[in-house]
Amino acid sequence: MVEFIIKRTIQMIVVIFLALTAVFFLLRLSGDPATLFLPPDAPKDQIAQYREMLGFDRPLYVQYGDFLLKAIQGDFGESLRSHEDALSVVLGRVPATFQLAFAALGLSILIAIPIGILSAYKRNTFYDRIGVGLTVLGQAIPSFWLGLLLIFFFAAVFHLLPSGGGGTIYHMILPTITLAAYSVARFARFTRSTMLDVLKKDYIRTAKASGVPMMRVLFKYALKNSLIPIITLVALDLGVLLGGAVITEVVFSWPGVGRLLMQSLLNRDFPIVLAGVFFIAVVYSIINFIADIAYAYVNPQIRVK
Amino acid sequence: MSKMMIENEINPTVVFPSIKKKSKVRHFFKQLSKSKTGLAGFIIIIFLLVLGVAGSWIAPFDPLKASFGDKLLPPMTKGHLLGTDQLGRDILSRIIAGTKISLIIGITTVFLSGLIGSIIGIISGYFRGWIDVILMRIVDVQLSFPFILLVLVVNAVLGAGLKNIIISLVIGGWVMFARVVRSEVLALREKEFILSCVATGVPRWEIIVKHILPNLFTPIIVLSSLQVASFIIAEASVSFLGFGVQPPQPAWGNMLNEGKDYIFNSWWLITFPGLAIVITTLGVNLFGDWLRDELDPEMKGES
Repeated sequence: MVEFIIKRTIQMIVVIFLALTAVFFLLRLSGDPATLFLPPDAPKDQIAQYREMLGFDRPLYVQYGDFLLKAIQGDFGESLRSHEDALSVVLGRVPATFQLAFAALGLSILIAIPIGILSAYKRNTFYDRIGVGLTVLGQAIPSFWLGLLLIFFFAAVFHLLPSGGGGTIYHMILPTITLAAYSVARFARFTRSTMLDVLKKDYIRTAKASGVPMMRVLFKYALKNSLIPIITLVALDLGVLLGGAVITEVVFSWPGVGRLLMQSLLNRDFPIVLAGVFFIAVVYSIINFIADIAYAYVNPQIRVK
Repeated sequence: MSKMMIENEINPTVVFPSIKKKSKVRHFFKQLSKSKTGLAGFIIIIFLLVLGVAGSWIAPFDPLKASFGDKLLPPMTKGHLLGTDQLGRDILSRIIAGTKISLIIGITTVFLSGLIGSIIGIISGYFRGWIDVILMRIVDVQLSFPFILLVLVVNAVLGAGLKNIIISLVIGGWVMFARVVRSEVLALREKEFILSCVATGVPRWEIIVKHILPNLFTPIIVLSSLQVASFIIAEASVSFLGFGVQPPQPAWGNMLNEGKDYIFNSWWLITFPGLAIVITTLGVNLFGDWLRDELDPEMKGES
C-alpha cells in the first residue's frame, strides 16, 4: 500500500509538471501579450520596451526555465493588469468556488441516491420510468441553459432570488441547483444500475425471504454494498463539478476561480491563467489521487497492478 | 487455413455478401422499432440531418438579415414563428442555420477524435513498452484538466472560428477514445485467437488490421454515438462564453449568449436555442443508449 501511494504521488507530481509545461507553451505560442496592452498604433520602440520590461523578449526556453523556477516557489508573477500576485489572486477566489462545488455535491448526493434506489427497487414501474426519464433529461440539458432558465423564472418573472453575484445564501441557491443538475442525473443513473446488480445477489434474496423489512434490506444490505462504486464516481465527479463551475460561475457572476479564469483568458492575463490552471490541475489531481487510494484500500487487487 | 474454412461454413455472408447487407439493415430497423426511446432518438436525428442539409431552403427568413424595425418581436408575430432577436433577425431561421453548424461540429469532432484516439489507443495497447508509457502520460496530463476547461483554454489560444473550435474539441476529446480503445486492445491481445496468430508468425500489421480492428468496431461506434452529444454541448458552452463560433454566424451557444442580455424582457431569445440543444442531445443520447444495449448487451443498464 505504501509503495502504491509513493508511486501514485510521483505520478501526480509528474502530471502537474507536464500540465504546467503544456499550458505555458500553449499560451506563449498564441501571440505576443505586449501588443495587446498598447494601442494598435503604438510605435515599435515602445512595444519593444514594454516587451523587455515584462521579459517577453528573451528566448522561449529562458522564459520557460525562469517560469518553472519561480512556479516551484509559488510565484507565478504579477497580474498584467492589476499587478497583484497572481497566485494570491487565484487563491482569494478559491473559497467561493469550493463553497459552490461542495454545496452542489451535497445536494446532488441527497437527491440522486434516493432516486436511484427507488428506481432500482421499483424497476420498470411508473416511478422507475419517471426517475430514468429525469436522469436522461438531466444529462441532455446544458448547465448554462438551465442557469438561464432559473434566472428567468426566479429572478425575472417572480423576483424571488437574485440573478447573480455573491454574498448571501440567496445568491447561492440558483448556482448550486444549476451545478448539481448534471451530477444528480449521473449519480442517480449510476446508483440505479449498481443497485440493480446488488439486488440480484443471493444474500439479498435470502434476506428478503427470511422476512427482513424491505427498507432495511435496501438501505442496510444493498446500499452498503453499492457504496464503493458510488463513492468512486462521486470523487471523480468532484473534478467534473469544478469544470462545470467555470460555466456556472460565469452565468451567475459568481466570484470564483472559474469566472476569474474566463476573464483572464479574455484579457490575456497570462500569469493569472497559469496560476489558475496550476491550481485546477493540482486540485483535480489530488481528488483523483484520493479516489484511487480509497479505491485501492477497499479493493486490494488494484494495488498489485 | 482451417480457420477460414470454419468461418465459411458457419457464415454464409462470406460467400454471399449481399445477403448480409440486406438482412443487417432489416435487422437494424426491426430491433429499432422494438425500442420506443431508440426509435424516438433515431427520428430526431433524421429530422436534424434533414434540417442541417436542407436548412437554407426550409428557413422562412435569411438568418443573417437584420431588420431594426422588427427587433425583439415575440413569437407568432409578422410571420416570425419563434420571434425575432435584438437585431430583428428571425430566430427560427437562425436556429435552423445553427443546426447545420452543430451537426458539422458534432460529426467532424467525433470522427477526428475517434480516428486519432483509436490509432493512439491501438499503438499504446498493442506495442506497450516506452511508447505506451509516454502516450498514457500525455493522457494523464489531459485528464488533469476538466474537459470543458481544456477546450476553452485551447480555443482561447487558437482564436475563435469554426475550424479552431473543431481543433480544440478534438484536442480535448481524443483522450476518451484512446483510453477505451487501449483497454480493449489490452484485453484482446491476451485472447487465444490473437496469441495463436502471434505464435504462427502472422505479421503484426496483419494482426492489427485483420484481427484486432474488426473487434474494436463495436466499442468505437458505441463511444462515438455517446460522445457526439457531449461535443455538441461543449461547443455550445464555449460559444456561449464568447469563444468558439462568433456572431453574426448563428450557433445555438452564441445565440444564447446574445439573448441573455434580454432575459428580463424577451424570454424567447433564450428559450428556443436552448430547446434546440436539449432536443438534439436527447435524440443523440437516446439513440446512443439503444445502440449500446443492442451492440453490447453486457453493458446494458450501466451508467
